[in-house]
Amino acid sequence: MATLVFVESAEGKIKKTSLEAVVYAAAIGGDVIAIALGTEVDDSELAGLGNYGAIKVLKVSDDRLNQGVIQAYANVLNQAMTSMGSDILVLANSSLGTPVSARVAIKQDASLVTNVTELPDTSNGFKVKRSIYTGKAFANVELTKARKVIAIKKNAAEIKEIGGSAAVEEFSPELTDSDFEVAITGVDKATGDILLPEAEIVVSGGRGLKGPENWGMIEDLAQELEAATGCSKPVSDIGWRPHHEHVGQTGVKVSPTLYIAVGISGAIQHLAGVNSSKYIVVVNKDEEAPFFKAADYGIAGDAFDVIPKLTEALKAAR
Amino acid sequence: MKLLVCITHVPDTTSKISFTDDDQKFDQTGVQFIIGPYDDYALARAVELKEQSGGSITVLNVGGSETEPTIRKALAIGADEAVRVNADPTDSLFVAKQIAEHAKDSGYDLILMGRESIDFNGGMVHGMVGEMLGIPSVSPVMTLDVDGDSVKMSREIEGGKEVVEAKMPLVAGCQEPIAEWKIPNMRGIMSARTKPLNVVEPVSDEVSSTLEKYELPPAKGAVKMIDADKVSELVD
Repeated sequence: MATLVFVESAEGKIKKTSLEAVVYAAAIGGDVIAIALGTEVDDSELAGLGNYGAIKVLKVSDDRLNQGVIQAYANVLNQAMTSMGSDILVLANSSLGTPVSARVAIKQDASLVTNVTELPDTSNGFKVKRSIYTGKAFANVELTKARKVIAIKKNAAEIKEIGGSAAVEEFSPELTDSDFEVAITGVDKATGDILLPEAEIVVSGGRGLKGPENWGMIEDLAQELEAATGCSKPVSDIGWRPHHEHVGQTGVKVSPTLYIAVGISGAIQHLAGVNSSKYIVVVNKDEEAPFFKAADYGIAGDAFDVIPKLTEALKAAR
Repeated sequence: MKLLVCITHVPDTTSKISFTDDDQKFDQTGVQFIIGPYDDYALARAVELKEQSGGSITVLNVGGSETEPTIRKALAIGADEAVRVNADPTDSLFVAKQIAEHAKDSGYDLILMGRESIDFNGGMVHGMVGEMLGIPSVSPVMTLDVDGDSVKMSREIEGGKEVVEAKMPLVAGCQEPIAEWKIPNMRGIMSARTKPLNVVEPVSDEVSSTLEKYELPPAKGAVKMIDADKVSELVD
């Protein structure tokens, strides 16, 4: 039995959440075959997936797949599952992976589950734990179909390097023009920044910062910590920060090791986006701010005073 | 233009989540139910599209009779008619089948829904419906404009967005800032009472997953407060 893993990349590197998907698949048991679409990742990077448990990596060298066309991706993964005889497809939840997984599941007549947070329990059937109510609870579900598509949440598997290198093979699915009838005609993406859903540390600012011109200190702190920057919903609504930085119930859900919230009161909708963070630090001048109840560490003080000091202290500690 | 908007009936975002019946059931005590916030965006955009170029809006919900107040609210916001598939929305595959069954011969130009429900957060139904109907599915969609039979969307990606163009019909999973939420006015509320709400029985009972049990995350320890003058302590 082989488990197929769909891996995504950013700027030529396999995403960390995709490495977690490879580790997750290896833990299920059986052979792990990874698949990468497009021509933007070189063979040595792909062979490196062997270090995480893949025995083979399929690459689909088609320039049209350098863009994430949902239908075409679903078609390729479907053909790969069939051709490799895979009963299970594992992938990371993402803006591309999740919509693609839904179409693959229908093509394969497979059970699909997203937001999976732990390795499956296969002692009696095939059961997984998934996050529900935007991180406020979990559901343990049994996947009842013979084939399965599993989309994992960040940190569902702990990355282990086992050494070794995977064989890279070309895979040539049949694709027609109709697979590309949905055209991606432009991409507007911040480059060089650390992607919010992938980040180990996130520094977020709220309305307490008073205006977009004050984001410099957030960025300084983020840079010092190699962190991604986020913001609360009101901040993205009034246009101080771009929408893809909005963390919360209706924005990005993050699961970093460390989440630092500056000038965010901690409305329940914001907490829903951060409640799977390992440690939460809250800086707010209102010591009654509800966010402190959800925090591991709190500083009741003026952000304009505290944040530069914190950045300096980190610099000094290096 | 013929529009279908699929809505979920979900606990308000401020709800405290707890379970009963040996962790088999969501505890509805004291919980306020709303139209799913993402679905609400989809509905608002549908109302705007209808205002621009005419047409009709049907809302569809899979749920028991308790969801009817939520459906009436969608009618008050601007939908013309509603369909309730009379069944508990047990899993994504089940819900997608009901939507696809309703939509397959109805000639919808656009099928809009939220990018995900806020109870199960699956984010799967739009893709499943698209695949079942053999039409494109795009999600998460931040803007959506129609020109003739072409649709131009922006889709959120990690760290930014991309421009996506496609022909109708298609399915879109919507999110902010596609439109501003609409609050029903008095006239809308009055007219919603008499708009048609058709109840149909489900077409299939096929599911692909079954619930074992729910659980809550472990309680968080107490916060450790640090003096604002001693931030360096945090570094250690």
